Amino acid sequence: MARIAILSYIKRKSLVHELTGTTKLIFFIAWSVASMVTYDTRVLICMLLISVVVFKVSKIKIRDISIVLGLAAVFLLMNNLFVYLFSPEYGVGLYESRTVLFTIAGPYTVTLQQLFYHLNMTMKVICVVPVALLFIACTDPSEFAASLASIGVSYRVGYSVSLALRYIPDVQREYHNISQAQQARGIDLSGKDKLLTRMKNSVAILLPLILSSLNRIETVSNAMELRGFGKKKKRTWYAKRPMKRNDWLTIGFVLLILAVDLVVTFWDGSRYYNPFL
Amino acid sequence: MASPVISFKDYSFQYNAQAEPTLRHINLDIYPGEKVLIAGTSGSGKSTIGNCINGLIPFAYPGKSTGSLLVDGAPADKSSIFELSHTVGTVLQDTDGQFIGLTVGEDIAFAPENDCVPQDEMKEMVNRVAELVDIDHHLEYAPQELSGGQKQRVSLAGVMVEAVKVLLFDEPLANLDPAAGRSAIELIDMVHERTGAAVLIIEHRLEDVLWRNMDRIILMNEGEIVADMSVTELLAGNLLLQHGIREPLYLTALRYAGVEISEALHPEHVDSLVLGTEDKEKVRNWYQVQKAGIHAKQHGEELLRVDNLKFGYTPDKYNLQDVNFTIHKGEMVSIVGRNGAGKSTLAKLICGFEKPVSGAIYMDGRDIENDTIKERAERIGYVMQNPNQMISKPMIWDEVEMALVQSGMPKEERTKRVEETLKVCGLYSFRNWPVSALSFGQKKRVTIASILVQRPQVIILDEPTAGQDYHHYTEIMEFLKELNEKGYTILMITHDMHLMLEYTERAIVFSEGRMLADTTAAHVLNDPELVQAANLKETSLYTLSLACGIEDPQVFTECFIGYEKKEVR
Amino acid sequence: MKKLSVKSVVAIGIGAALFFVLGKISIPTPVPNTYISLQYAIQAVFATLFGPIAGLLIGFIGHTLIDATSYGPWWSWIIASAFAGLVIGIATLKLDINDGLDVKKIIHFNVSQIVAHLLAWGLVASCLDILIYSEPIEKVFAQGLVAGIANMLTTGIVGTLLLIAYAKTVVKKGSLNKED
Repeated sequence: MARIAILSYIKRKSLVHELTGTTKLIFFIAWSVASMVTYDTRVLICMLLISVVVFKVSKIKIRDISIVLGLAAVFLLMNNLFVYLFSPEYGVGLYESRTVLFTIAGPYTVTLQQLFYHLNMTMKVICVVPVALLFIACTDPSEFAASLASIGVSYRVGYSVSLALRYIPDVQREYHNISQAQQARGIDLSGKDKLLTRMKNSVAILLPLILSSLNRIETVSNAMELRGFGKKKKRTWYAKRPMKRNDWLTIGFVLLILAVDLVVTFWDGSRYYNPFL
Repeated sequence: MASPVISFKDYSFQYNAQAEPTLRHINLDIYPGEKVLIAGTSGSGKSTIGNCINGLIPFAYPGKSTGSLLVDGAPADKSSIFELSHTVGTVLQDTDGQFIGLTVGEDIAFAPENDCVPQDEMKEMVNRVAELVDIDHHLEYAPQELSGGQKQRVSLAGVMVEAVKVLLFDEPLANLDPAAGRSAIELIDMVHERTGAAVLIIEHRLEDVLWRNMDRIILMNEGEIVADMSVTELLAGNLLLQHGIREPLYLTALRYAGVEISEALHPEHVDSLVLGTEDKEKVRNWYQVQKAGIHAKQHGEELLRVDNLKFGYTPDKYNLQDVNFTIHKGEMVSIVGRNGAGKSTLAKLICGFEKPVSGAIYMDGRDIENDTIKERAERIGYVMQNPNQMISKPMIWDEVEMALVQSGMPKEERTKRVEETLKVCGLYSFRNWPVSALSFGQKKRVTIASILVQRPQVIILDEPTAGQDYHHYTEIMEFLKELNEKGYTILMITHDMHLMLEYTERAIVFSEGRMLADTTAAHVLNDPELVQAANLKETSLYTLSLACGIEDPQVFTECFIGYEKKEVR
Repeated sequence: MKKLSVKSVVAIGIGAALFFVLGKISIPTPVPNTYISLQYAIQAVFATLFGPIAGLLIGFIGHTLIDATSYGPWWSWIIASAFAGLVIGIATLKLDINDGLDVKKIIHFNVSQIVAHLLAWGLVASCLDILIYSEPIEKVFAQGLVAGIANMLTTGIVGTLLLIAYAKTVVKKGSLNKED
């Protein structure tokens, strides 16, 4: 079966791998929050540098994640392009000054402020990318559910995530098989048919997929009931690992960053660092 | 005697959604440490009995019950699935559905996790049972990396991890190849000895289960228990045949030869048979008479030729290589081998779903390399194992018509074609029904019809009878035989040895991505080396013929099949 | 909050797996770089069958997994996906399709999903984009509108066809007669 190229757990020995899933989850969430909140260039630069260091420590190679990085680059490029097309003067309004560099055509003038805005926005996204990738690549999926439970998410929800990870390969294989069998009967989604026809055709693949998924839901929930899932308020976890010194240090570190981030960002009453005034 | 661990007293049950009760007046006691087989056709109520014991009935499938059911001395309907699970461990038929964890270790630990067992204690429990079922070297494996037999070991470990008094197996052999099925039965036997738990096996593949001794057989029919007796007693009578369960092959052969099956013969196992000189003489005489009658069938001209085919998903590993064979018009051929041997990959290559690395496939002497999937499908039809994965329209007519609509055929011609096809498949009177109203066997027919409507010359079927009881098996296979007689060439991927022997003269054997043999079906099962390499299992006919002093087991097998075709059907 | 039943837990897990797999399969449209997002049709069907919490979590888990395994999470849109599932689930709480489907029910389903996607992409995603990423209003609304309409159409066409087909498969045997 032609595997869809996706990022998954890469087993290696590194400091990042040794941290518990809980630590990495907290790091990931705190980091995401920090990057979402701030628009302060100084903070973003620091975060970017730290994320690069963390990436080095993880022993994950660039080539392990080259596809993902490529996708992220395309995504960022498109996003920047759209922002510029819709609002070439947005940065000027944001930074309350206007330094024209050159004009492309019509309203499309390139200003220093606009470029600075694009830089900030891009950094905001980029500084999360390595951390998000590492979270996926360095966390054993088996630890996900236990980690979610340990930060207070209901274990039922946590187990849903675990089940999703468990059944993705099965669902993928099933989709693949069904769509091959339907291709033999003339159903082809990648073909040159009209959009509407293609949507209608997709039903021929999705219906068997849904019906067999509903069957699967029934079997799996029976199997889980038969083995006592959900009867107690709590549950223990086979794959959970104990928190060590490094875990506490890491959590302390990321919380500190979040705190600094909040302080620096809101110190002067604005999220933005404005070098133009 | 100890008190029973499970006790049905005049117990009846009716599902809420159904008009008739599924179980009627069941009286049944299972004692601690017993090993009991519950047999019956699908719809006989045998699985319902299992669901009553483990609590899925009435807690997951509500319905109305009368009479009483005690599990470990307590009324089951006052309990809960959770409480019952401490007494009864259930291994479901669908090993993928039962495998909930992301890895083997986690899955085995699932029940203790739910019971809030502390982690270190849990790990000990997991290691202990994993070792018992011999899966301890795979604790970090994901389910996708395991074979069907290994997954079943995990399922078993997962229910044994907490000491249960009853182990319940729902059709444990359904998805296993013959050799894996045999080791599953051995495993169950070993676990039974070590743990002393009562073992209940629900299964219709009698001969395979009886590979190890069972204390008792319960035979179900239409919701009632029609027999509750020792294996010996049941095999000596003819209750099995009356109720649509296939008896072991060696017994059928003995009956054909005119030997009367009595308890004194010890019919419970082919190795335990005590045949007198007279009986052996009867078998030999029958053999001599039959032997004269067999002759090879003439083949038609070449239709499909596979030439030096090689394939791999990644460039460094081949899933299939050195495949060469020719299929002639009008043949019916089995493709056999263990799960993962490359059988389905071969089908996908022939249908064009995957592209070979090298080698070629010829249809009527023409290389079809550049034909699209759709073009190939007009000449080669592929029927998937599970009809539910193929049927994409709710109504039968629409489903069968679909490929024709896609190809843009005018309506009148379409209608004519669909009508013809439905008639061939015996579905014409159901033409305006929704697919959901059909039985599994009928759905299978619908999928075959939806392929036949494109008028292919060759039909490839993936496990056409998997999970079917003898009745449905016969129904599907007789239908395929009819199609074959009408001129369709049929290739079947299967690990059902009976099917291969009974319905196909020729078999192509695969193992680990290579073609091992292309020979007669009877020869495959009488060649011990081939049997082992392909994870197959010799039939009991082989053993029987040797026991009777017949020099050529292969010819004996051919005689048996020839006789069945000629005299019985 | 009421405890999730075991069946809901499993439906969320498998639903999220479906959402993920379909989200990873790109079915091109005539508009460059735009794909049919079949996952929203499935999400709507599951939200209708299993309720608002299932709809919400299928969207949240499924979309997070898609993003995290491709280019890092874009939280505003993840939340919008979850929100769409929640709204469809709430709006269809009283819609029982196990006893058949008629025009009224189809309209009910479609009004629900249109409202849900309108709010999710027109309001939630856009506002969060402005709030979190400080993107220009024109851009986020244009983008939200395009995504919203695309998802509405996909859900409206594919989702509706799936529901109709599903409803036919649960029809009881009843008065079926063989014909000659």
